[in-house]
Amino acid sequence: MDFLIFQVPMLTVQAVLDGLLLGILFALIAYGMALQWGVMNIINIAQGDLVILGGYIAYFMYLYGIHPAWGVIVSPIIMYFVGVIIYKLVINKVVDRDLFISILATFGISILFMQLMNFAFGADVVLANSGYGTTMLFDNSVTLPNSKIFSAFISIVFAIGLVIYMKKSKLGRAIRATAQNARAAKILGVDTEKVYAATFGINAALCGVAGALISITFTIHPYMGLPYTIRSFMIVIVAGLGNLPGVAMSGMGLGVFEEFADYILGTEFRIGSVFLLLVLILVYRRFKLSKKREYLK
Amino acid sequence: MKIKNIIITFVSAIAILFSTSVVSLAKVVGDKIILGAAISLTGKYSSNGVHTQNGYNMAVDRINSMGGVKVGGKTYMFDIIYYDDESNPKRAAQLAERLISQDGVEFMLGPYSSGLTKAIAPVTEKYGVPMVEANGASRSLFTKGYKYLFAVLAPANLYLDVAIRTAVELNGGKGVRIAQAFEQDAFSQDVRLGILDAAKETGSKIIIDDKLPKELNDMAATLAKVKATKPDVLVVSGHTKGALTAIRQIAEMKVDVPMLAMTHCDAAKLSKQHGANSQYALCASQWHKTLTYKDDFFTDGMTYDADFTKEFGYAPPYQAAESSAALLVFKDAFERAGSFDQKKVRDALAATNMQTFYGNIKFAEGGQNVDKPMVLFQVMCDDAGKCENKVVAPLKWASAELIHPIPKWSDR
Repeated sequence: MDFLIFQVPMLTVQAVLDGLLLGILFALIAYGMALQWGVMNIINIAQGDLVILGGYIAYFMYLYGIHPAWGVIVSPIIMYFVGVIIYKLVINKVVDRDLFISILATFGISILFMQLMNFAFGADVVLANSGYGTTMLFDNSVTLPNSKIFSAFISIVFAIGLVIYMKKSKLGRAIRATAQNARAAKILGVDTEKVYAATFGINAALCGVAGALISITFTIHPYMGLPYTIRSFMIVIVAGLGNLPGVAMSGMGLGVFEEFADYILGTEFRIGSVFLLLVLILVYRRFKLSKKREYLK
Repeated sequence: MKIKNIIITFVSAIAILFSTSVVSLAKVVGDKIILGAAISLTGKYSSNGVHTQNGYNMAVDRINSMGGVKVGGKTYMFDIIYYDDESNPKRAAQLAERLISQDGVEFMLGPYSSGLTKAIAPVTEKYGVPMVEANGASRSLFTKGYKYLFAVLAPANLYLDVAIRTAVELNGGKGVRIAQAFEQDAFSQDVRLGILDAAKETGSKIIIDDKLPKELNDMAATLAKVKATKPDVLVVSGHTKGALTAIRQIAEMKVDVPMLAMTHCDAAKLSKQHGANSQYALCASQWHKTLTYKDDFFTDGMTYDADFTKEFGYAPPYQAAESSAALLVFKDAFERAGSFDQKKVRDALAATNMQTFYGNIKFAEGGQNVDKPMVLFQVMCDDAGKCENKVVAPLKWASAELIHPIPKWSDR
């Protein structure tokens, strides 16, 4: 029964399309993580919680009668400031420290956010209905919810927009300069403090967009952030820092991988398979690295 | 020297605190019977924890205002000490210890969820403290030989048993093809065992048997498989997350199944969150306001519903109703025991045989309530999109006829 996917060819098409659409959304979250990891050398464990908070913004708009799709505009604006505030309160104190300290600090922020969201919004599982309907393909045997297509489209728009912004704008150039060499950038007059704050803000804003899309496509709950953190961590590890096309590719790859793992191993191993893949890739990288060293000897 | 003084002050302060709490809070103080409860007021179970607490409080107020509990010719009032277990089993077990050994509580009310009840039961058992619980339905609670645990609700394996039997009956007594997806937690897995039993007895076949992860929010793969295999019944149980995700994705993917059976529909506020998309879903419930059980305190389900809504501002989910029933059971047992001796109260509880607005209550050897069947309601919506839950099975309480098979999405 587990291998139903190989008996019904249309399920393969369904799995690939579902995986790609999902993967694009993951890539957007991972993009934010790669950005601030590259610039500030901080692994943000609270990434998924920022996503969920963004989702609640869209949900509350929906609750007050505004179409949740507007959340993709409102949520990043609010989340940008949330990000800047977190930076000013906590992150700027750990930015030059050991990576371990930043993991601890953001882990703390993650727990705090979970509890605060639970306190403020309650423990109920919620969602925002977009009413977007469904696209049927291949004589109705493959169905794609339009909300997923919308999510993927918006993710691509934001990702491309950000790439252009990073290339063309003054702040974007300053961010890239700081990522390359913070000290040199500082000497040349770049206000790195401001750059760090903006980077963290941009990351939170991307999480806000992703959260709004998740509230439209899936469900949100105060304690649901961690899987998103793990997925984006995984994507960044595979793609490497500063490799934006790599992030997109590895995001989509992960999405498809998850779908297939779901069909073949069972839904219960979906997140587990992501962990397993992460371990395998880290071991492989380590193996490759050790070989290189031997060669250098 | 200074540090020594601080330590001495600190230690004596703690000692004083402990001694006063033990003295001031024994089981029965003056005319008060003090019950203890660890409830999830924060954490992931907090919404249902609050329903449980509201149910307890509602019953305490009602029993006290209607004359209290009469034991040995004297009238006593109920009072409850609550602690917040933060939805954490370890914390719940610690709090049960604290309630019993520090606060001197000799009778306990249960927490919310099977997992937390499982954590507390060994503690109450160790101290011989009778516990009446209303929110732990997992079958494993009743197979451990606990002597002091009593549950007013039907065990989890019976939740969707009725659905399978109804489907088989509608299929002319022939077995049906079942697709099922259950979360990996104690409760949902017990519901699954119940389905396996029912399938075996009726000659039905399980064609999809998926386990859903705790962090579930996407079951597209399961549903795609359902689309491809066309089962007669789709069963989903994964608390509120499972119910909400299933309805959203069934509607989005236009999955046609003749029967869809679930748990936790009313906790998930299905019809409110999904409107007409949730129509025709069958939901297992411990209680429904239209059932015709009666008692002297809450009269019947409809009255309970009205009174609860007036007091707390929302309609009572079954989690609240069963919690209220737990207090009625305690009152009845105290009065029959005629004493506060824990063994006598325990024996009186074991001999319980009563009707409450929530249903009949009679405990089996293992402590589960065997005298109250589960009910199934179906979400039914009118043309304006207003949805209501109507009881469709068992037939004795049915307020509407089951709509079967569910109309195809293309015809809706």
